[in-house]
Amino acid sequence: MIFSLAHLYVLAGLVLACVAAMTAIDRTNPRRFGSAFFWGFYALLFLAGDLLPPAWIGGGVIAMAVVAGLHRVTPGQHAAPTVEEYVARARRLGNKLFLPALAIPLVAVVASLLANKGMVAGVPLLDAGNSTLAAVGMSSVVALALACWLTRETPAQGVREARRLVDAMSWALVLPQLLATLGLVFSDAGVGKSVAWLATHYIAMDIRFLAVAVYVLGMALFTVIMGNGFAAFPVMTGGVGLPVLVGVFHANPAAMAAIGMFSGYCGTLMTPMAANFNIVPAALLELPDKNGVIRAQWPTAMAVLVFNLFLLYFLLPAP
Amino acid sequence: MAPDVSLWPLIGVAVIIAGFVLRFNPMIVVIGAAIVTAFAAGFGVVATLNAIGAGFLKTRNLTLAIILPLATIGLLERHGLRQHAQAWIQRFRNASAGQLLIVYLAAREFTAALGLTGLGGHVVMVRPLIAPMAEGAAEARHGPLPDRIRYKLRALAAATDNVGLFFGEDIFVAFGAIVLIATFLHEAGIAVEPLKVAFWGLPTAGFAFVVHAIRLWRLDATLAREMRDAPPVESPAQGRDGVSA
Repeated sequence: MIFSLAHLYVLAGLVLACVAAMTAIDRTNPRRFGSAFFWGFYALLFLAGDLLPPAWIGGGVIAMAVVAGLHRVTPGQHAAPTVEEYVARARRLGNKLFLPALAIPLVAVVASLLANKGMVAGVPLLDAGNSTLAAVGMSSVVALALACWLTRETPAQGVREARRLVDAMSWALVLPQLLATLGLVFSDAGVGKSVAWLATHYIAMDIRFLAVAVYVLGMALFTVIMGNGFAAFPVMTGGVGLPVLVGVFHANPAAMAAIGMFSGYCGTLMTPMAANFNIVPAALLELPDKNGVIRAQWPTAMAVLVFNLFLLYFLLPAP
Repeated sequence: MAPDVSLWPLIGVAVIIAGFVLRFNPMIVVIGAAIVTAFAAGFGVVATLNAIGAGFLKTRNLTLAIILPLATIGLLERHGLRQHAQAWIQRFRNASAGQLLIVYLAAREFTAALGLTGLGGHVVMVRPLIAPMAEGAAEARHGPLPDRIRYKLRALAAATDNVGLFFGEDIFVAFGAIVLIATFLHEAGIAVEPLKVAFWGLPTAGFAFVVHAIRLWRLDATLAREMRDAPPVESPAQGRDGVSA
């Protein structure tokens, strides 16, 4: 296939390697070597991660976290145009500026819909197993070409701009991946089983409302801890949903599961552990408060959670 | 009653909560929790490093979708995309930040429900387009905005993307969540049509839209009140990169 996950890893690795190299020679960056190590090792994992022993990678990841934790990952200085220059440039290209920006999502959607049909010289265009990601990768390349042509800039300038954005996000860019790793360690270590055991042994599950509350709020709380509703769902549904709500109170399994999963999503909206939805955008939008996005969405999440609690309760068949 | 499962791995959860409450650096907290959890579960040093390394490698795809569009977005920003988005929305005299975000919420939730989850996102839509447009619309109505209100608008733009995505995608039958639910119930001996699961997602999806839209609708009145009470902004909060600080 032409756009496979492996190719995209190399592409991302090359961008990160350029970021690391530019950081290493950037004398305006007060912590250039720490920052260069952070991005350089991360680039290595994209370029050659499959060739390294996992234990080495584990050691390197711990080193990355320590470097970030000691504030050794800092941005360089980026020569930004003045406001007037920006406005003048914006006037030159006008609405054409929207084209490459909108091309990324549009090309990605069209590509993923055609994923299984697109062939070039008998070779599938996209990796069928990862068609969504492959489509995003392909659309990014197409949009970059379009943007370079429109703005008469080189791809090298694109990489410099990518570095500016990587610098703005700093280690928050890597946090979702580290949290997902923690989720995998949690499930290897059996954290879910311990939580389900506590919930089922210390709460009076024979009261209908309490049983519904344990399931709905438990989904949310467990998602807040794990950062991911998918991790909470098997634990809470296997531990409380099926044996108590379906087994004792005869809940409709489809309704219980759908409402349970949505309750988990309410948790996702309220936790810094769901970094790619909450912490990365705060960094990307340059908010001074890392929890600013969570603060903006918790009222919606709480209202939906309470709605779910009563919806599932009233959907239980009468005793 | 003695537990038939080990409760020791819960120490990792305690580390996470304590770390976030004490506001340590999240990278340190998360890696610390991973190490503590692995040790508590009886992993040795090598097994712990292996688990962290293998897990980190397996989850690279999470960051991929953020890194790949950056060069394009960065180039367009260099040529004034955010300034243009701000100016473009101001052509619509009556547009307000709240209305703009309600339209985006509806579009995001509807397209996600059709499975088109790629139409949106923080990197490709919120930072370059939606957040500047929300700021531009508010500025056209209320004059130069203080930073506090700018940040609030941006955070709400990101929150709107999340709410639309989450509560839209879970009523799309072919989405991972529905498949996961159907598979899980099937393994537990309960045959459930994925369509039924999607159907029971509808009330919550509708309610989430209504609640968030009401909050956005009230945003305009809140902004008007806050801007009236706030002292006028001496220097517009236009920072280094032109759109804002």
